[in-house]
Amino acid sequence: MIRQWIGHFIRHIDSILLATVLMVLVVALMVLYSASGQSLLKVNAQLINIVVMLGVMFLVANTQPQHIERIALPAYLLGLALLIAVALVGDISHGARRWLNLGVTKIQPSELMKLAVPIMLSWYFSKRETMLRTADYIVAGVILLTPVLLIAKQPDLGTATLVFASGFYVIFLAGLSWKFIFGSVVAFGAALPILWSMLHDYQRRRVEILIDPSQDPLGAGYHIIQATIAIGSGGTTGKGWLNGTQSQLDFVPERTTDFIFAVFAEEFGLVGCSLLLLLFTIIIGRAFIIASQAKSTFSRLLAGSIAATFFTYCFVNMGMVSGILPVVGIPLPLVSYGGTSLLTLGLSLGLLMSVQSHKRLVATD
Amino acid sequence: MGYSTELKNHQNEQHKFRVRLVFLILLVLSAFSALLGRFYFLQVFRYDYYQTLAENNRISIVPITPNRGLISDRNGIILAHNFFVYTLEITPSKTDGLQDTITELGSLVEISATDLKRFKKLRAQSHTFESIPIRTHLNEYEAAKFAVNRFRFPGVELKSRLFRHYPYGTLGTHGIGYISRINENDLKQLKESNQLSNYKGTEHIGKAGVEQAYEADLHGVTGFQQVEIDADGRAVRVLSSASPTSGNNIVLSMDAKMQEIAEHEFAGRRGALVAIQPKTGEVLSMVSMPSFDANLFVDGIDFDNWNLLNNSLDKPLINRALKGIYPPGSTFKPFVAMAGLESGKRQPPFAISDPGYFTLPNSRHRYRDWKPSGHGAVDMRRAITVSCDTFFYGLAVELGIERLTDFVRHFGFGEKTNIDIQGELSGLLPTPAWKQRRYKQPWYMGETVIVGIGQGYTLVTPMQLAYATATLANNGKAIRPHLVNAIVNSKTNQVNMLPHTLADQLNLNPQNLEIVKLGMMDVTRPGGTAAAVGANAGYDIAAKTGTAQVVGIKQNEKYNEKLIAERHRDHAWFIAYAPAEDPKIAVAVIVENGSHGGSTAGPIARKVMDYYLLGKVPVDPAAAAQAAAEATVVNAPEVEEEPHD
Repeated sequence: MIRQWIGHFIRHIDSILLATVLMVLVVALMVLYSASGQSLLKVNAQLINIVVMLGVMFLVANTQPQHIERIALPAYLLGLALLIAVALVGDISHGARRWLNLGVTKIQPSELMKLAVPIMLSWYFSKRETMLRTADYIVAGVILLTPVLLIAKQPDLGTATLVFASGFYVIFLAGLSWKFIFGSVVAFGAALPILWSMLHDYQRRRVEILIDPSQDPLGAGYHIIQATIAIGSGGTTGKGWLNGTQSQLDFVPERTTDFIFAVFAEEFGLVGCSLLLLLFTIIIGRAFIIASQAKSTFSRLLAGSIAATFFTYCFVNMGMVSGILPVVGIPLPLVSYGGTSLLTLGLSLGLLMSVQSHKRLVATD
Repeated sequence: MGYSTELKNHQNEQHKFRVRLVFLILLVLSAFSALLGRFYFLQVFRYDYYQTLAENNRISIVPITPNRGLISDRNGIILAHNFFVYTLEITPSKTDGLQDTITELGSLVEISATDLKRFKKLRAQSHTFESIPIRTHLNEYEAAKFAVNRFRFPGVELKSRLFRHYPYGTLGTHGIGYISRINENDLKQLKESNQLSNYKGTEHIGKAGVEQAYEADLHGVTGFQQVEIDADGRAVRVLSSASPTSGNNIVLSMDAKMQEIAEHEFAGRRGALVAIQPKTGEVLSMVSMPSFDANLFVDGIDFDNWNLLNNSLDKPLINRALKGIYPPGSTFKPFVAMAGLESGKRQPPFAISDPGYFTLPNSRHRYRDWKPSGHGAVDMRRAITVSCDTFFYGLAVELGIERLTDFVRHFGFGEKTNIDIQGELSGLLPTPAWKQRRYKQPWYMGETVIVGIGQGYTLVTPMQLAYATATLANNGKAIRPHLVNAIVNSKTNQVNMLPHTLADQLNLNPQNLEIVKLGMMDVTRPGGTAAAVGANAGYDIAAKTGTAQVVGIKQNEKYNEKLIAERHRDHAWFIAYAPAEDPKIAVAVIVENGSHGGSTAGPIARKVMDYYLLGKVPVDPAAAAQAAAEATVVNAPEVEEEPHD
């Protein structure tokens, strides 16, 4: 009976996704061990995070997409309410109001929105049984932009961008007209000077330093310079595990979290970087396949958005660490240390697996 | 627009969705390709560049300062050495409230006003990231007291530093020199001589005397440690190291005991003494009084002490032996005599009958002898012995200024002796050409007359006069004087004796030499101008006394009225060598405002020669003072008989 139960459970697990994710996680733990100065304490803590993540993934994988559809609206509204609460009574840390103190624990509602927004939008589009009209896109835009603006105002430009991206992918996949997209891109380009003037000084500084990190080599530019040195000095095959001087000697900042990729690149070189990119590509590719095979609008849009968002995380993080994108606080999926990020990933991967394993059920609906 | 068109076409929608997916896949592929390109650029194309940057990041070169070489006298007595002291140092850039920190430190260990002044002075000269001593020479108790409390003082460190120490303080300072903090000027010079890297970690440099002249030998070679450092600059581990090579030890020609005796004999008077071994050029003593304590400079001299030394009317900082320029007076006569004899102008039995004055042809001006009644019949030997001015007036005129100066130049007059330390002045041997250049005026015959007795424009340093005396004693062989005898390699202990350099060689007629030497020997015998000096010596002394009018060391500061009288007295000269028949030591002594060479400068030379030739050491200062007092009393009548030379 137990075997049956296990069999039932495993039935919903996508083996390709799981295998690739596990490979990345093994690499991640090795890098974390090195980046943390060989701290088993930190590795153990991350191991617990991984177990929780895998647990969540299994649970969600075994949940039918319909059940998830049902929580779309409540989750979204709850998130929105929390964001407003943060704006009114949130705790200030590092000059930004991001956390809501619940007494027992502090929560960051913007994290919740990373999934609540695409779920909400997928649900919204799946409810339009007719051809989509402009009005529908306008409603979708409001659904998307309300939380994004609230998060941007905290200010948390990184998360706002990612939440926007995750929702935008849904709208894009739902069929937003190319004309509108290109029009928006042109309009955005035209509006850049205005947006520039709206940015906080530190945000402008970040962009300026991205263009020329040497402007502030000991301050804001230090991160990028040291990370770039770490990556570059890794060479073709890397300095070897635990032998990265840049990381072992503290030159790479935030090296267990946002900048962990610099540690990896220094110790495993171009060969390691290529393999990691390949693993990420497999995960994203598999997710796209799942999306393309999904039978319901909701599953399709959600899976596609998750795949594209996962890609966005990878690209923005690696682009930032290697100095081609501005420094925004975004972790590298599966690799950076931290429970929240992994929890979100567990949910995302679970959703993908759920979409994949329940497509027949959906089809028979 | 029918109702049916508004219904979803699921197949159509899925197709549209897949087109969008393909677009996203292309986006992923191109973005990841861009990343891959970036990685390739950084890790392959620019690998060397970033590799170097990473190495530079990680490795810091920490210099290890070599131990400075020791300086000892010719008998191995250490005159400059090093020892470790605890020093409390502050790095201003790492300290929050400098004033508060110092105040709080003061409650822990004593910080004197002098310490504070020195700190302020050094701070003005240093960068904020350099650590500056606030207190040196902490004892064990104080060091421990700070060590327990050090967490309260960020930016304050307890260091163990090697300190230069001159155990005999003021002894021979002008020759030994001293070390002091490296200043901007030193840095510039080190840079020009490509020595700068060898001075990483070194804070002091030789500033005078042997410490300065033999800096390259004394300093040694700085060692290096390649240390792996983390982002905060903390050392993680040592990758490699090269030990420093200690500076070489230096053995002086100076005899510390003789130096001590000589300095003591000056008994508070200003002046200088140089004693040379004629055959080797070894400088046995180089005295410049008053002296100063070289140790004052090692820590960075404080303002008060500096003012005291720098503004003193006695000019203790000036090395009178090398920089004091005085007219040689009658000490010049033996050299003029040699010129007369060698030129054939004054061959025995030439003699004059001295009326007490000299006149030039067609002139009524009388050049007076120091003895108004005259010396009667005077030949060359006697002219030296009694210091007959009239004799030398005539001789100078007959020789002519050109021939006179051309000859005595070989004894080193008018030129630097090129002793092996810096700062020497060349004195002056006047010629018509020089006068034309200097004053745009012709040379007058009367000026030649007074050059004959060492007056007029002629200027010498005590070192020059000792060198000339040594050259005469050495029968015309001029050996370059030097303060350093040997350099001892700190690694191999190999002793490198420095060669003696023949600076000039005069082929003097032995018969002529004999006349001058006999004349000088008579000086210290009854009837000579320094008979008292030669009394009961136990060896023959050839000597000459002299008087220099006060024009020497520039004293253009405002005078203390009470001191004017004393400071206007003539300077007293005394040159000598002994034993006269086989000279082992040549001495020149000047006592500023000492009036009579035979009575003030002569006894100092005698003490030095007694020590060197007989091993006689004044038992203790009190006894020495008493002995000196007795000597003065005993010889007083004789001196009065010979009030002037």
